[in-house]
Amino acid sequence: MRSFTPRLAAATLLTLPGLALAADALSGEVKRQPLNWHAIIMFFIFVAGTLAITYWAARRTRSASDFYAAGGGISGLQNGLAIAGDYMSAASFLGISAMVYEKGYDGLIYSMGFLVGWPIILFLVAERLRNLGKYTFADVASYRLQQTPVRSFAATGTLVTVAIYLIAQMVGAGKLIQLLFGMNYISAVLIVGVLMMLYVVFGGMLATTWVQIIKAVMLLSGATFMAFMVLRHADFSFEHMFQMATSVHSKGLAIMSPGGLVSNPVDAISLGVALMFGTAGLPHILMRFFTVADAREARKSVFYATGFIGYFYILTFIIGFGAIMLVLNQPGMMETVVKNGKQVTQLIGGNNMAAIHLADAVGGDLFLGFISAVAFATILAVVAGLTLSGASAVSHDLYANVFRRGRSNEKDEIRVSKIATLALGVVAILLGIAFENQNVAFMVGLAFSVAASANFPVLFLSMFWRGLTTRGAVIGGFIGLASAVLLIVVGPTVWVDVLKHKEALFPYKNPAIFSMTLAFVFTWLISTLDTSKSASDEKAKFDAQFVRSMTGIGATGASKH
Amino acid sequence: MNDDILKRVQANPKFIELVHKKTSLGWKLTLIMLVIYYGFILMLAFAPKVLGTPISAGATTTVGIPVGIFIILSAFLLTGFYVRKANNEFDALNRQIVKEAKQ
Repeated sequence: MRSFTPRLAAATLLTLPGLALAADALSGEVKRQPLNWHAIIMFFIFVAGTLAITYWAARRTRSASDFYAAGGGISGLQNGLAIAGDYMSAASFLGISAMVYEKGYDGLIYSMGFLVGWPIILFLVAERLRNLGKYTFADVASYRLQQTPVRSFAATGTLVTVAIYLIAQMVGAGKLIQLLFGMNYISAVLIVGVLMMLYVVFGGMLATTWVQIIKAVMLLSGATFMAFMVLRHADFSFEHMFQMATSVHSKGLAIMSPGGLVSNPVDAISLGVALMFGTAGLPHILMRFFTVADAREARKSVFYATGFIGYFYILTFIIGFGAIMLVLNQPGMMETVVKNGKQVTQLIGGNNMAAIHLADAVGGDLFLGFISAVAFATILAVVAGLTLSGASAVSHDLYANVFRRGRSNEKDEIRVSKIATLALGVVAILLGIAFENQNVAFMVGLAFSVAASANFPVLFLSMFWRGLTTRGAVIGGFIGLASAVLLIVVGPTVWVDVLKHKEALFPYKNPAIFSMTLAFVFTWLISTLDTSKSASDEKAKFDAQFVRSMTGIGATGASKH
Repeated sequence: MNDDILKRVQANPKFIELVHKKTSLGWKLTLIMLVIYYGFILMLAFAPKVLGTPISAGATTTVGIPVGIFIILSAFLLTGFYVRKANNEFDALNRQIVKEAKQ
């Protein structure tokens, strides 16, 4: 008997889960499933292909620019796919389609929050970022400020965000692979950790980007096929699809209306703030803007990324409804388990498996294997990007610019980044094992909140506000970082759901609106009060920075290949 | 960038035009996106019934479905609009500024 008991996941699904939901696919307790050979074979084909790419990339990765930024030679379309790939994680594919399957319209509302940050990144951030930076967002934040304190802060913000995100991904990988492939947890975590180290150490950004592009194309094609089959079943009529779905769903017509997702306006707006501005502060996403040749390509990549991500969320919505039509209550797809003392009927393996069962229903065993392999590939690609961005913070920001004060040679810097990659890989594996039985559903939300409250305010003000000083940036940024972490810990997601206290000390699940505001206010206040000599020098350097950010004069170009 | 180039660019009326056009378009489009998205969130919080109304009598499809699709499309169209404008107009202006700065 296959069984799946996501105790905590189920508890969060029933309440107002906010951000936590996307990670739900990847949390809770799971039991190993029988080995799925189709999936394993297809996964090995994917791994063989990506290792071949890594070999190809390794021969082209020599300089620091190659390692961190693929030599600036990625095109706008390629980068758009890679960015979309970073965003279309296994959690958002399985989690959002499961949410549509359970609640209908609420799933669509939830996915929108992840999309609307992109236009804003384009209008305000992308081109300036490309014109000012070289390898990491700290290059931009510290452009006219003191290198040591600002880079130390930015590297801390990067490493905290990356570590939190990595835990969520590693634990997710382990659970998902137990479910999909029937492998045990530790070997799954080890496979992910080792492969990601191989990609990053040997292939650098070039391999990491191509792994992400291939996975994005596989995921988009698989999801397109599923959505097409679902629509064909509904005679290509949305009305017909909705009619069939509402007639079999236990909530009936209610799945066509907003449900309980947004019952508290403060939490809803705060979630929106975290998703929107957090995206503009995620170091592994920001780093992608340095892989293109110039601001024009950076701009195009956001356009393509927005298109792919939007298209993907529409597909996920159709897939969720397809699961209601074709999987719900079908013989051989459902099981009855005991949860919190009550009998619950759910999909085999849990409702987060909705998209996987739909793959079986529309495409048979082979396609099921394909989608399972894509889900695994997705995790692999995302962790590789995260690790590369963490390693760059260590080697480029901390080692080369803080520790060696900009006097290190390129060879040493690359060596440090490879050592940092290995260290991060080992840490990720250990964290993955340590957190196996923890509820990590809140981690993705925490990562977005930290990014929105620590990285984004400093990055944004450094580009837009002449008055920003080193003191203001560092103190304000750390206040944002600390308050985001603290408010999540004392809020309902950790204080009640994880630590099992009766009542939360802070009433909202999403702290970003408060912690981000705190960061902005303190950065402004301390910068304004800063009358030091260095502060006035920093303000004076704004003009040159502004001209470069607008025109690209002096910007780092693509290296010759 | 040396001071000469900096001063020349800053004094160039084309640079002032570029900055004005680019920033004002950027902020305008940002505002439009924020109004669309947070307008939707506020509607969810205060008038969720509207989104649950069928699009026509007897239909299962609710108003919320086209509204949701519209928001996703608007994100895409706004980025497309900006990229077109920037590729055609801003880049041409910028090329002239860069050229004149180096003379």
